[in-house]
Amino acid sequence: MIRSELVQKIADENPQLFQRDVERIVNTLFEEIINALADGDRVELRGFGAFSVKQRDARIGRNPRSGESVEVEAKNVPFFKTGKLLRDRLNGKA
Amino acid sequence: MSEKTLTRVDLSEAIFNEVGLSRNESAALVQSVLQHMSDALVSGENVKISSFGTFSLRDKNARVGRNPKTGEEVPISPRRVLTFRPSNLMKDRVSGQSQD
Repeated sequence: MIRSELVQKIADENPQLFQRDVERIVNTLFEEIINALADGDRVELRGFGAFSVKQRDARIGRNPRSGESVEVEAKNVPFFKTGKLLRDRLNGKA
Repeated sequence: MSEKTLTRVDLSEAIFNEVGLSRNESAALVQSVLQHMSDALVSGENVKISSFGTFSLRDKNARVGRNPKTGEEVPISPRRVLTFRPSNLMKDRVSGQSQD
């Protein structure tokens, strides 16, 4: 399923809304999650999963082509942990 | 960096502020989005949200695990797991390097 298919499903369920409003709603939801993570916050969606930020230390990396050492700066990376309900559903347990 | 945790309520509040919907409708839409994504994943479909990220399913084989506390061997049954790969846009916004 891709973004436009998700928008379509929501639009079909909500005939009272214009398609462009559904697009804005879906965009807002995903942007809000990115904004929270960019601020270093967590987003916990019970039953679905939780988005959080993990810190990666600076390290010496290597250019795989030349074998040359390069310094990689410390950075933050997004992380998603699947919620219990969804994990169980994926395995036919709920 | 703060340690705030956002929930469905915060997402529906953002929608409430952005679009002229009631709080109840906004909350229902948040739930509806998550429900459709979950249902697609449960039916075996990957979910790809452009400029956000991709949720993909992976099937893991059965293997023998070990209880790290007791050292006891325990069978781990085959299972389906979900992985999330963030988009470059999300990675850039979150990394704390360069812009922003």
